[in-house]
Amino acid sequence: MHGFFETDILSDMQKPFYVKVLLVVTLLLGINAFAQEKDHSSSKEEGSLKSEIKEFIGHHLLDSHDFTLFTIDEENNEHVGFPLPVILWDNGLKVFSSSKFHHGESVAEVDGNYYALYHGKIVKTDAEGTINYDDAHHATNVKPLDFSITKNVVFIFLVSALMLFLFARMAKSYKTSAMPKGIGRLLEPIILYIRDDIAIPNIGKKHYKKYMSYLLTVFFFIWIINLLGLTPLGVNVTNNIAVTFALAILTYLITTFTANKNYWKHIFWMPDVPVFMKIVLAPIELLGTFIKPFSLMIRLYANITAGHVVLMSILGMMFIFKNWIGSPLSFGLAFALSLLELLVAALQAYIFTMLSALYFGSAVEEHHDH
Amino acid sequence: MEKLIEQFSFGLFFWQLLLFIAVLLLLRKFAWKPILDAVEDRESGIKDALAAAENAKKEMQNVTADSERLLQEARGEREAMIKEAREMKEKMVSDAKDLAQAEADKMIKQAQVAIESEKKAAVADIKNEVATLSLEIAEKVIKGQFSDQAKQLKLVEEMIGDIKLN
Repeated sequence: MHGFFETDILSDMQKPFYVKVLLVVTLLLGINAFAQEKDHSSSKEEGSLKSEIKEFIGHHLLDSHDFTLFTIDEENNEHVGFPLPVILWDNGLKVFSSSKFHHGESVAEVDGNYYALYHGKIVKTDAEGTINYDDAHHATNVKPLDFSITKNVVFIFLVSALMLFLFARMAKSYKTSAMPKGIGRLLEPIILYIRDDIAIPNIGKKHYKKYMSYLLTVFFFIWIINLLGLTPLGVNVTNNIAVTFALAILTYLITTFTANKNYWKHIFWMPDVPVFMKIVLAPIELLGTFIKPFSLMIRLYANITAGHVVLMSILGMMFIFKNWIGSPLSFGLAFALSLLELLVAALQAYIFTMLSALYFGSAVEEHHDH
Repeated sequence: MEKLIEQFSFGLFFWQLLLFIAVLLLLRKFAWKPILDAVEDRESGIKDALAAAENAKKEMQNVTADSERLLQEARGEREAMIKEAREMKEKMVSDAKDLAQAEADKMIKQAQVAIESEKKAAVADIKNEVATLSLEIAEKVIKGQFSDQAKQLKLVEEMIGDIKLN
């Protein structure tokens, strides 16, 4: 299955561009490795180094309230980056800069309330920043509703703006000529691929048009944001379950609200099976409608998270094997894996789009005798 | 799973949903619709152009066939005309020949008739002349003979005998 997708995507994209992207990303990844090296340049014991790498990876996978590019000196709390606005709903709207947290080092005081960062989450606390724990060592502090513009939100916004800019410009270029200009030459085959090889075969010529906007947006959104995740900016949007959940719920809602009578009939009263089976099948089929988008959510989340964990672990090996073979081996592996991740970025976007199209197709399928 | 739920950030979910829907709606209006429409227009344009080219080709073939046929017809017609002209010429020549022959024959006949009648006339004239001369001679002879009875008788006898011999 994977082999099929890979060759399919490769053959349908413009190869010269692909090579260029590969080069650029490879170069950037080199810088990424360098940036991380700075974090770990201080020599420590191997045990604490391992746990530090582990912690760093865990931290990398989480969203953050400030935009830290890299840390210069952990001890003196020196970071390169900029703070982001924090928006809380805690008996009224509270807006303040994340610089108040000092990268989680201090408690922020707003309108007489105290907030602290606990594992990347904002919790309400007292002036000393006390965290209360229950028996299972879970924090019991009140968590206010957090609508902060986090690092991931910034990137979602940037990707949205980039897509608007790219595709609106591309659309404009059609007004002057029948052929697209500039980046449109690369994007048009991909758009046509989604139309001709994803939407039309799965949904059918009659209904595919109303789903095209969603399929195209979701494909390019996931693809671009996955690619950005591979850059040294160190941002992973699609490894947040909240993001994949939002995308999956849209697929679910679109499927549910555009479904025809035939779709519901197949769920609640499966034709051509005995009555007993109809009754047994109904809850299973109904559950299936939830499982389908749920699998979309988990697949995208898990693939991107796993890719990042493995890639960063390989990079971390560089600091554990401090001998002549460690660094080249680690670099070689990281390079190979980066290439694979580049493919996974496109592949996951493709799979999400493909499966969404498949679900839409089942929702509008016309009745036919089995 | 517990970790996943704990990690779930409602704020991120909210922003993702909001921004994604916004970008979806904006792109639909400003990008996807114009792009897909343009591509479809182009595709149908290409299809039409191809069909038109095919039609033109067919028409061209028809025209060529037509002109070929016309040429063939013209050639046939020319040949027929030449043939007809030749036949006409031959006919005219032969007609003229026949006519001339007939005329000539007629003239010859007339000439023959004229000659015949002239001959007859001439013969008649000669006969008359001969008769007159004969009569004169006869007169003279008779006159001469009458002077000599015996001779006359002898002469008559001789003459009669001559006549019989004639």
